[in-house]
Amino acid sequence: MSGTLTIDGKTIPFAAGQSVIEAARCAGIYIPHLCHKPGYAPHGSCKLCTVFVNGRKTSACTYPAAADQNVVSDTPELQQDRLRLTQMLFVEGNHFCPSCEKSGNCQLQGVAYHLRMLDNHYPHFYPQRQVDASHPDILLDHNRCIFCNLCVRASRDHDGKNVFAIAGRGINKRLIVNSASGQLKDSDISIDDQATQVCPTGAILVKRTGYQVPIGERWYDRQPISELALGKEDSHER
Amino acid sequence: MKTFVDKVLAQAEFQPARLLEVLRAVQAEFRHIPEPAIELIAVGLQIPRTQIIAVAEFYSFLHLAPQGRYELYIADSITDRMLGNQQVLEALAARLQVAVGGVRGDGLVSLNRTACTGMCDQGPAGLVNGYPLPRLTPAKIDALAALIEKQVPLNAWPTEMFRVEEPICRPDLLLNQAFVNGAAIQASFARGLAETLAELDASHLRGRGGAGFKTALKWRSCAQQAATPRYVICNADEGEPGTFKDRMLLDLYPDQVFEGMTVCAAIIGSNHGLIYLRAEYLFLRDKLLAVLQARREQGLLGQAILGRDGFDFDIEIRMGAGAYICGEASAQIESLEGKPGIPRTKPPNSVVCGYQRKPTVVDNVETFFAATHIAIQGGQWFAAVGTPQSTGTKLLSISGDCQRPGIYEYPFGTPVRTILQECGAEDVMGVQVGGPSGTFISNRELDRVVAFEDLSTAGSFMVFNRSRNLFAIAQNFTDFFAHESCGFCTPCRVGTSLLKNQLAKIADGLGAAEDLTELSALCEVVKNNSHCGLGESAANPILTTLLSYPELYLQQLQYQEFAPAFDLDATLAAARRLAQREDPAAHLNQVEN
Repeated sequence: MSGTLTIDGKTIPFAAGQSVIEAARCAGIYIPHLCHKPGYAPHGSCKLCTVFVNGRKTSACTYPAAADQNVVSDTPELQQDRLRLTQMLFVEGNHFCPSCEKSGNCQLQGVAYHLRMLDNHYPHFYPQRQVDASHPDILLDHNRCIFCNLCVRASRDHDGKNVFAIAGRGINKRLIVNSASGQLKDSDISIDDQATQVCPTGAILVKRTGYQVPIGERWYDRQPISELALGKEDSHER
Repeated sequence: MKTFVDKVLAQAEFQPARLLEVLRAVQAEFRHIPEPAIELIAVGLQIPRTQIIAVAEFYSFLHLAPQGRYELYIADSITDRMLGNQQVLEALAARLQVAVGGVRGDGLVSLNRTACTGMCDQGPAGLVNGYPLPRLTPAKIDALAALIEKQVPLNAWPTEMFRVEEPICRPDLLLNQAFVNGAAIQASFARGLAETLAELDASHLRGRGGAGFKTALKWRSCAQQAATPRYVICNADEGEPGTFKDRMLLDLYPDQVFEGMTVCAAIIGSNHGLIYLRAEYLFLRDKLLAVLQARREQGLLGQAILGRDGFDFDIEIRMGAGAYICGEASAQIESLEGKPGIPRTKPPNSVVCGYQRKPTVVDNVETFFAATHIAIQGGQWFAAVGTPQSTGTKLLSISGDCQRPGIYEYPFGTPVRTILQECGAEDVMGVQVGGPSGTFISNRELDRVVAFEDLSTAGSFMVFNRSRNLFAIAQNFTDFFAHESCGFCTPCRVGTSLLKNQLAKIADGLGAAEDLTELSALCEVVKNNSHCGLGESAANPILTTLLSYPELYLQQLQYQEFAPAFDLDATLAAARRLAQREDPAAHLNQVEN
């Protein structure tokens, strides 16, 4: 099934099997998101892509596109909620952009720029989280994890390994590693895995690559995420 | 350990879907899920070890660290608090020399709070190794402590300790109805299955779990799916604090619940039924297993039910492990598949893609109970009672400040005022209808009625008199949601904790006008962006108490302008100690003048 739907008053085509967010992306319309990535099974957890479809609120990344849908995305109210959700992600963990080597390439930061986030708004939780530096090539900094599940999906669906999972519930959620010690060095992750490349923040980093491109010349330093995410998102990592 | 785990895995037929059952057995044996067991289970079920850890960390009654050989939980719902659960905790902690939230040094006993044990009518209540301890009086606490110190096995404790009462204070249409086993199945066969579905349609029965979806529509959509097998799930995860009517139905009317499931199975073409029984109702399990066995012997379950060739259906009981969210149908299905109870993304819904990705009907205990009688008596009989939008009767679990807490059956449309009179509630400040996820109404709104058109409810009805503190109520409920959020989506995972902290700031007397504005805005973000009903309702306790008693919130504010959430001077105490200073310059004012 294919046809057309409207987003913010603009008529766009969609192809069979596309979600609302994918139809929008192909038509050059950016809907903010963090847990979504083209080519990955939809998750629908970050809720940044929340839109109205025929008057009902839903996640654009999980909702199937259908003929004659009326999608509303770019309104001051929805953008304000997206800003608040992004701020929630910042206060939940420990995000210290100036010292993070992902700065400029970080989607969380890129979305925050896009939403004109000027402060964190909410009181910080300051959780105690670990850094797993055990692996020779890959660093896992739990402080920056936003539970988008992309590494879980990458490892399970693309690498065929199940290296990662998310455990716990509520605010005590945590990313866990599939090894007896719980450490990355004892897992079967490899530097070539998609799971090492897919993290939208600096939670999973490849070691010794941090400053090859200077801060100020990185993706979202040069181009807003709203432009970079369109079409190129599936290839813009690395 | 290997022998034990192997035995448990064999009992679970090495099905990964039965992981919860395996972990519950391991927990019961070793008082936690030990590391070597994780490895054995992972290999035995061929699942990643991370799935086992994720499940163990998700459910309240599973632990990765050892608990006491006597594992005590004391209910912490608001009604248990009103009945003195804090004194119970203190008495137990003192008698047994164990900290609340801790395990005693010798590993004999652990003591914890838990959200709600489904015994709000007979609190303060608790659980020991999964079995209920209703009405914990000082005398009972003494006896309990002595039994634990003497290490008397649970099966040698006086049965009186565990006796759960089922006070039916007001039976009506359904509870008064006579019933003979098999009558609903026979009536359905005699009338025809399509005709029985038509009667269900005519009854306008809506799901009793709270959402109120039309039952006939759900069953019909499931029956129309091409995929097989199809499943019938009875949602007995009655987790809403203040609800205990499903406990009563399963305790006293189990045949009528099973028969409703069987009628459903006949209509949708299912061979396999599951009951998801909440962990707190473990005491009902053996009884229900015996009833199922009796039904097999009566030809009401199993092959060719009542001699009808091709109608094979049986029911399996699966236990939960302590997670409120598993009352949500898709989270329950995830749990039944051996995973953390995280609500699925919709569409597709469970009727299309449910248990094991097959068409599934998930209905509440009370829904199946009502369906049984509709199958016998017909749709008109049921539709004649209640209101146009809400036909029939509703079971209410009444607790809190009233003389006669218990189960009440009322026709839909009954005003709250009538209910309060009949249960003996006086000097009412407000009523929480539908539990924490429902609505708080003040004493100025007592003419509102229990019905889907007005106050919809899964059955929880908590009464508060004017001696109660509104903030204690709102905080208990808000903390509950923060604790029970599955954490899947941002607004609920982070938002419920922010709500908890923001409300605490105001309740602690540190609120300014700005904080109230922020609280309301936060409520809207959480309510409007969450993935499932838990997040959508998590702000209800605050929103509805704000609506009912705005003056109490305003009175609670200390400042007009900004007020910090913490005591600045007190946080500098450590620095002063290190610097060995106590002079005035080492102190800071909270707010600059």
